[in-house]
Amino acid sequence: MTTLLSASGVSRAFGGLQALSLCNLDVEKGSITGLIGPNGSGKTTLFNVITGYVKPDAGTVTFNGQNITNARPDAVFSLGVGRTFQLTRIFSRISVLENMLIATQHDESWLRGLLRSKSSKTEVDNAMELLDFVGIAKLADLQAGALSYGQRKLLELAYVLVADPDVILLDEPAGGVNLTLINGIAEKIRTLNKAGKTFLIVEHNMEFVMSLCDSVTVMHQGSNLVTGTPAEVRANPLVLDAYLGGGDDGEDDLREAVASA
Amino acid sequence: MLSKKNLWWVLAAAVFALFPLVVTNPLYTTIGVFTVIYMACATSWNMFSGYSGYIALGSAVFYGSGAYTMALLSIHLHMAAGSSQFWLVPVGGLVAMAFAAPIGWIALRVRRHTFVVITIAVFFIFQLAAINFGFTGGTSGLNLPFITWGFQNYNTPFYYVGLILVVFATLLSMAVRRSRFGLQLLAIRDDEDRALGLGVKVSAVKITGFTMSAFTVGMAGALYALFVGQIYPQFVFDPMFDVSIALMTFLGGLGTLTGPLLGALILEASQQYLTVTFSNGSLYLILFGALFLIVIIFMPQGIVVYLRDRVTKRVERERAAVAANDIASPDVALGGAR
Amino acid sequence: MNSVALLSAAKDGILTGAVYALMATGLTLIFGVMDIINLAQGILVILGAYLSYALQVHWGIDLFVGLLITIPLMFIVGVVIERAFIGRLKGPEKTAMSILVTYAVSLLIEGALNMVFSVNDVQLHGWYVAKSFAIGQVHFGYIYVAGFILAAVLLSSLYIMLYRTRFGVSVRASLADQTSAALVGIDVRRVSTITFGIGVAITAAGGMVYGATNSFNASSSYDLISRLLTIIVLGGMGSLGGAMLAGVGMVFIGDMVGVLWSPVWSSMSYFVVLVIVLLVRPQGLFGKLSARVA
Repeated sequence: MTTLLSASGVSRAFGGLQALSLCNLDVEKGSITGLIGPNGSGKTTLFNVITGYVKPDAGTVTFNGQNITNARPDAVFSLGVGRTFQLTRIFSRISVLENMLIATQHDESWLRGLLRSKSSKTEVDNAMELLDFVGIAKLADLQAGALSYGQRKLLELAYVLVADPDVILLDEPAGGVNLTLINGIAEKIRTLNKAGKTFLIVEHNMEFVMSLCDSVTVMHQGSNLVTGTPAEVRANPLVLDAYLGGGDDGEDDLREAVASA
Repeated sequence: MLSKKNLWWVLAAAVFALFPLVVTNPLYTTIGVFTVIYMACATSWNMFSGYSGYIALGSAVFYGSGAYTMALLSIHLHMAAGSSQFWLVPVGGLVAMAFAAPIGWIALRVRRHTFVVITIAVFFIFQLAAINFGFTGGTSGLNLPFITWGFQNYNTPFYYVGLILVVFATLLSMAVRRSRFGLQLLAIRDDEDRALGLGVKVSAVKITGFTMSAFTVGMAGALYALFVGQIYPQFVFDPMFDVSIALMTFLGGLGTLTGPLLGALILEASQQYLTVTFSNGSLYLILFGALFLIVIIFMPQGIVVYLRDRVTKRVERERAAVAANDIASPDVALGGAR
Repeated sequence: MNSVALLSAAKDGILTGAVYALMATGLTLIFGVMDIINLAQGILVILGAYLSYALQVHWGIDLFVGLLITIPLMFIVGVVIERAFIGRLKGPEKTAMSILVTYAVSLLIEGALNMVFSVNDVQLHGWYVAKSFAIGQVHFGYIYVAGFILAAVLLSSLYIMLYRTRFGVSVRASLADQTSAALVGIDVRRVSTITFGIGVAITAAGGMVYGATNSFNASSSYDLISRLLTIIVLGGMGSLGGAMLAGVGMVFIGDMVGVLWSPVWSSMSYFVVLVIVLLVRPQGLFGKLSARVA
């Protein structure tokens, strides 16, 4: 296996808070990699650094062997790194289908956007196919703001897929949605993974992570603590300490999930 | 076969085209000229600010640049007064664009709240410059060569050129709304950072939109200068202009195609009428301010959206009535859940 | 140029700048807490000045004594405006609409002031207005010094209120994040109303000093609001310290340009400075870049 996406020695401070310190992470090509850790351990900040939303103070991020450390979000996306957000971010005042079309032009010049129509037949077909894949094709003409939370999550996943990224970063895909939908989402991820997509997933739902991921990295206080297969991570006493010792969050389910494993 | 919607457009266009042929009183045709000028400006303003959500309150910069371009070129090129001067109208638009690009580059580096304030500041730079520079004639303004065609039909050519600007601005706005570029502007309005993360080149898109919208406003300013024959910095760089076109668009419906047209038609026509009727400027300010408040407080979405929502609600009620009979009406199920 | 001119400009910057800083603080406080850009701030300053004028002309009340009446009065004006119009605004275009609403309010007030006081320029008077003393070759007008002291006292009280009282904690919490403030039980609605009232009340003092040092009419508000907006953008929108520094800095630079070059360009220098600063630091001197990343 080869490393597709890698962060090494990444540090970032916000004021006095060291959100990331010398953090390392490798994502193997074709894998589903999980990223877990207590609240405030820097998972989302790492996502933001990788996708260009936050500039690191130190360290490098490489994708496909290319250094993308200080690249802007649009450039990172164009290279093939897609992501979703913890609180879903869709474009609420345009239609669901229009949401799908935004990500299609990442590789075309902005000037050309002026001279061409909103979408071509192929783009619409492709968009509808993906909407169908996540199961919200019926809602294509609806204003996106009218979607429920779960539907928004699906839409966000779908419009990232439009650009056919090589690796997809999911920030809490199972957060705040019902069990049926969680299973549905896991199913989509597996299907896509079989088709060759690499995933990096931040998630608090241990069952979800442990059942889905090939490799799990545990973060603690801004750096990577343990990396291994789900079974190895479960067995590692350091992980339990990280969750219990952190003391800054009351995530009982997490504690139980890790402890009972 | 015309659809019902297109029929309305054709009907409206016919009314506008025939207006100066039917109404010949110069008092009213003057109001007509100002109204089409503002309709073009509001539509053009909406094409950037309405679609992108970046509210610009310095459009008078472009209006004024267009007006001064017309005046200065007419004077310095020793143009014969008359219809040949209309060729300077697009030049005014181009000059406005030339100013808009660097202004946009500076002002669009910040987020939308600060952007508003910067556009206001830039506006004051231009106003002060027009007052203080020598070549603008300072506060005594500039006089254009006097146009001598007949008094009775004096307004008509201006009206039609203004109408052409309205059509141009509307078609452009429509084309932008249908283009990929327009979709990107809407995406920026809804969530700029997310759009960036999906590969939208937000800076380039914003600056292009801002610059494009200056074109028609500059042309309108040039037409205005030609129409009134003399320009003063305080009238072409007028803060009321900035706010008026924004208000017109809000009144009609921000981000809609017909909204700015309708808003400008209602507001500018009544404003001109009020000015003629109430010579008392203070009373006029109070009336205008009050109208302004009523609109924004009670119809924050604008007339077009307000009416559209009412129609939609009616349709929905009817649909609900139908659906009530049809128990098996399928619920739109959550996607992943089987 | 000589050092006297430089010292004079520095003096003006500090004395007059403090008054501008006071007026701008109201504006930036309102923006920071409520996301409202109050374009009426300029005309409210003028309204404050006219109130002092009316008290003086009709009842012979001294300008500074009159503040005891005009400040509470302007507070009420602010609360009324907030309750009647601004509190009704919501939705994604709230800030944009606030600009239009406050502009409409300012047109209303402008029209009313024109009707009541006519459009002729007036100026406020007092025995101290035209008097001055000198330190070395630099002259200090009494009114400027008094205005500075007044601004300093009010700004300090504002700071004490913000940093030493319970209400201040609520305001600062709302400045940082409205939603979180509401989540911890702060009545953001009430905080907003009072903040708007305070932001407007301040204009009574600013207006009095402005009216005593400049002749004015209702349309002076345009010049005022453009300066105030420039100051808060330069300082960083929502930053109180930034507004103070920018207020002083702007007047200083304006005076320097006036002395060294030509008074004609002194007001334009404000805006040029603004543009240059924004090129280097788009968020203003003390502003925060607010990209949503979560």
